[in-house]
Amino acid sequence: MLRAALRWLLSSAALLFVVTALTFVLVSLAPGDAAKAILSNQSSTYSPEQYQQMRHLLGIDQPLPAQYWHWLGNLLHGSLGTDLFSGQSITDALGERIGPSLSITLGTVLLSGVVGTGLGVLSARRAGLVGRIVDAAALAGFAVPNFWLALLLVELLALKLTVFPPGGYVPLGASVTGWLHSLVLPVATLSAGGVAFVAKQTRDAMTQVLSAEFVTMLRARGLSTRSIVIRHALRNAAGPVVTVLGLLLVSLLSGAVVIESFFSIPGLGQQAAYASGTHDLPMITGVAFCFTVLVVAANLLVDLSYRWLNPKVGDA
Amino acid sequence: MTHGQFLLEVRDLVVHYGHGRRRAPTTAVDEVSLCIAAGQTVALVGASGSGKSTVGNAVLGLTPAASGTVTFAGEDITHAPPGRRRALTRDIQAVFQDPYGSLNPSRTIRQTLVEPLLAHRGVEPVPARAAVSEALRSVGLTEDVADRYPAEFSGGQRQRVAIARALMVRPRLIVCDEPTSALDLSIQAQVLNLLRQLQRDRGVSYLFITHDLAIVRHIAHRIVVLRRGRVVETGTTGQVCEAPEHPYTRALLAAAPVPDPVAQRARREAYEAAAVQR
Amino acid sequence: MNTKRERSEVSLSLSGGRLAVATAGAPVAVPPGAAAPASRRSRSRLRWRPLGLVSAAYLVALTVASLSAGWWAPIDPERQDLAHALAGPSAAHWLGTDRLGRDVLIRLLLGGRITLVSVVEAVVVFAVLGIGLGVVSGYFGGWVDRTIGWLSDLLLALPGIIVLLMVLSVFPGETLATMVVLGVISCPLLLRVTRGVTMAVRQELYVRAARLSGLTPLRVMWRHILPRLAGPIIVQVFLFAATAVLVQGALSFLGLSAPETQGPSWGNMVGEAAAVTGQDGWLAVPTGGIIALTVLALGLLGDAVHDAAVDRTRSAAALPTRPARPAGPRHGSSPTAPPGPAQHPALLSVRGLTVAFDLPGGPLTAVRDVSFDVSPGECIGIVGESGSGKTVTARSLLGLLPPHGRVTGGCARFDGLDLTALPERQLRAVRGSRIALINQEPMSGLDPSFRVGSQLAEVVRRHRHVGRAQARAKAVELLATVRLPEPEQVARRYPHELSGGMAQRVSIALALAGDPALLIADEPTTALDVTIQAEILALLRDLRSRLGTAVILVTHDWGVLADVCDRAVVMYAGEVVEQAAVTDLYRAPRHPYTQLLLRANPHVAPVGDALPTIAGTVPAPSEWPAGCRFRPRCPYAEDVCGSQAIPLVDVGSDRTTRCIRSEQVGTR
Repeated sequence: MLRAALRWLLSSAALLFVVTALTFVLVSLAPGDAAKAILSNQSSTYSPEQYQQMRHLLGIDQPLPAQYWHWLGNLLHGSLGTDLFSGQSITDALGERIGPSLSITLGTVLLSGVVGTGLGVLSARRAGLVGRIVDAAALAGFAVPNFWLALLLVELLALKLTVFPPGGYVPLGASVTGWLHSLVLPVATLSAGGVAFVAKQTRDAMTQVLSAEFVTMLRARGLSTRSIVIRHALRNAAGPVVTVLGLLLVSLLSGAVVIESFFSIPGLGQQAAYASGTHDLPMITGVAFCFTVLVVAANLLVDLSYRWLNPKVGDA
Repeated sequence: MTHGQFLLEVRDLVVHYGHGRRRAPTTAVDEVSLCIAAGQTVALVGASGSGKSTVGNAVLGLTPAASGTVTFAGEDITHAPPGRRRALTRDIQAVFQDPYGSLNPSRTIRQTLVEPLLAHRGVEPVPARAAVSEALRSVGLTEDVADRYPAEFSGGQRQRVAIARALMVRPRLIVCDEPTSALDLSIQAQVLNLLRQLQRDRGVSYLFITHDLAIVRHIAHRIVVLRRGRVVETGTTGQVCEAPEHPYTRALLAAAPVPDPVAQRARREAYEAAAVQR
Repeated sequence: MNTKRERSEVSLSLSGGRLAVATAGAPVAVPPGAAAPASRRSRSRLRWRPLGLVSAAYLVALTVASLSAGWWAPIDPERQDLAHALAGPSAAHWLGTDRLGRDVLIRLLLGGRITLVSVVEAVVVFAVLGIGLGVVSGYFGGWVDRTIGWLSDLLLALPGIIVLLMVLSVFPGETLATMVVLGVISCPLLLRVTRGVTMAVRQELYVRAARLSGLTPLRVMWRHILPRLAGPIIVQVFLFAATAVLVQGALSFLGLSAPETQGPSWGNMVGEAAAVTGQDGWLAVPTGGIIALTVLALGLLGDAVHDAAVDRTRSAAALPTRPARPAGPRHGSSPTAPPGPAQHPALLSVRGLTVAFDLPGGPLTAVRDVSFDVSPGECIGIVGESGSGKTVTARSLLGLLPPHGRVTGGCARFDGLDLTALPERQLRAVRGSRIALINQEPMSGLDPSFRVGSQLAEVVRRHRHVGRAQARAKAVELLATVRLPEPEQVARRYPHELSGGMAQRVSIALALAGDPALLIADEPTTALDVTIQAEILALLRDLRSRLGTAVILVTHDWGVLADVCDRAVVMYAGEVVEQAAVTDLYRAPRHPYTQLLLRANPHVAPVGDALPTIAGTVPAPSEWPAGCRFRPRCPYAEDVCGSQAIPLVDVGSDRTTRCIRSEQVGTR
């Protein structure tokens, strides 16, 4: 167990190292730099001296490895640096933005998990119509681009019927109902694919388990269908379902950027899109770091629940 | 010690399993030795997990030996490099237990049979077509089956095809890993007779791996009994079956029920009495 | 240990919040003769097939129209017509106009080019990396596999969209670079699937046999492994192509790749529609719709191609299946009720039992006209070769036939009930409490996720009205009844922590939990070693004498039959061919099959000579001959044997045989 934990720590650290180093290299490849961006923000003309001075001020005149070394040193002190433009601490900036992102993501995973699993179990039990509907819904959920679905939902529910706000985000601390209200459309948009995806995987896993020999033997022992399906089959199908939920979570973490930007939700994705346009190296690296930590955490969660669900993995 | 005497010689073979970094390797085969003369059959008998298939795999080069030697026709092939291994398949072939799994379902019998020739192109002067029909004839099938798929055949017929594949290159040794245990009783005898006839006609040797002592009496010249990776008894078939020395061999012989209720009752009582003493 | 690998059966592609999924895992090989499991998937796939054709036609038409639109377009895609801005469909503009009055249809077709090029680029990178690395990783294993695995885990953990955004900031507006990177960061999905299937296929005996034929690794991969990969690869590639369409659309919707200044693209046209939300709803319909349609078509086509590929490689391998109907019409019961030999009241009385499987070609009878009795405390052996129908007979008594199977005739009286006519609810009351079942593979009969004790306790509580603690105590008691040492300790184990012999004892304990009057043991020792088999058979004999349970033992082993059974029912090709007390049966068989089979048994055949054999092979159910089914292999056969169905004849002293020349048996 200790070895496994140690190995997990090492590989996670390696991953963080690779991701952040890669970010540094990629950003340095980009034409233009932050000094130019800041100066041209202030005035249309600036002298080369001003430019050099700004570069020195920002610390981007140093060689790349030195910059990265500096960044790592800061990280050890719990700091991700400061935003080149606003001067705000990046840890604080990301702290503000992680709430909206997590709200959407976890909301979608929760909704997809509950509804998708339910539908999947139902369609595994009943062949015929329900199965075919889930099939078709899964296909539709996959095919419809989410930015388009968002557009249609806003058109219908926000602009025509004005039931929900067309965008924006109300923090949980400000108003619980406002928070829920502002989450409905983004979460519904993302869940369309999520529900279909989880339902299909659940159904496939359940169908496979239900045709296993031990299920026949459970029937032979006189157990009720309810107990066989819920207690035994679902438990055995839970491994793949949890895996799928984990994948959904990871993909949503980075994939929500389109929806965040559509609904003007001040989340991490939006920040990433903005920072990559302005060459704000500390901010980009900070966002990449933050995403990677979340992905590592999500994977850990999945691994742990997988171990818990599958007695064979635990002592292998 | 001369090497010309035996076709295959296994000396003090040790095979470990579980190369994982976390687990200590377990010994699957521990200092096993056996010899097969040309044209002879040696049966390797044991329960599941006794390491009998592992010995076969080591001879075939599918499993690396930790120590000991495998000598074939005087050549030490224990650690033969892949190229040499492939060349050796001309002389050493295999027939497996599961006739359903050992033929690729999406390839015709002919495509399967031609494979050994592909590997040894230029060595075999006989054209492929003739070779296929000859091999099929020698296992009691006709040439018209060659362009059909394995799914169209019964287990016994597939096992004949698998044997035909082994015969394509005129091997001197065939490792038979439980070749009849997946077959029905009425088919098993046919396949055993076929193997014996091929040995008479071609002088091929068999390493015959099985759990079933009843069939061993009909096919083997010598028997090696394995238990938990170690040889517990070895001798001629007559010695081992009629006068087993090791208690484990005796238990194996006594535990298999015979198809005769009266005789079986007597055997069972004797076996249980012996078990009480053990 | 690496749980990520364990989970690799599910994979998905992610990007832009979209998901695509495919399950890897080699197609399950179904042994011929065994009823194929109900394949709900195959049914829905068959329905999709025409849709696959439609999808292919749509994609071809779209490709041709997009690539050639520049030449034939009657309307300049950039011609503005502000007077007719944001118009709906009309004869002049089939799909309406955008806010500058430009024709939407032409712009969509032109915009398709960038999508097509993007998809092809991304898919090529994805497929080359994914398949190549996956096959190498799965085939060679070892450090190669570990290195590739680490790299792919790393790629999977990269936040995809961030990487794409960074690439876009390096190459602003560059679609090509973005798509190449998308292919690279997504390739682990295909890699994992390919690796998993390769590893599974590599374990196949036929791959091992090909290696032992002397083929080089490259040849083995080419001839045996790649063809098997076709199915999963096709699914993954098409799903990824669909994902690439979506990602490209999303990025250009955000204006990050293929911005409007570079001409129309599907994504930026949806973006335009978004800019005019509230003013006009129509523009959003064709622009987003074409993306959805294209993605849908790719998904459907992938499914259809996959099916075609898989069908070709598995043509005749598995039994074709058809959806199970609810229990269909049954013939009048007991077609040919033979003389029942029972003088005493039977516990179970089977008469004329007939079971058929519904196949596409019509129902196929697997078991015909089976009759026998079981007295209380008696042990009956049903003996026969594979495909003889012995397991189907045994399981039909509990209503546990495989999908598509149903009882089409006859009856099975037990406790005054006809088991074959009972509804599921009433059968459930019989199962486990009056009649229990033990199966062949003890391990596969246990739920892998629950400890032995908890599984036992659940069954105990189902059959006896006791509390949790009592059920628990009873469970341990049952484990002691089947002579397991340290029952408390065994109760705490998971099934995978048991040996084969222990698992079979546990499953016997589970069968005993409801105090059944009849125990059906379906090849209970076939998967075990002889010494373990002897112990289990001893246990069965012991339980019979202690508890008085009647037993139906299904076996192919004539030694096992001789060891434990009082009476034998011999089955061949779906019929009972002989029935007698075991001592009589072995002393003087009255059916040629029984006689020849006993003679071919290596236990009794004289050593030295060729073994006596039975010519020919056991026929498949579809090839059962008319008249006597053993006739083609029978040395006693005459013309008359083939002309009519042979009835079971009473040949005295409580025995029957399905042979009209039974007096001759033993003379040849």
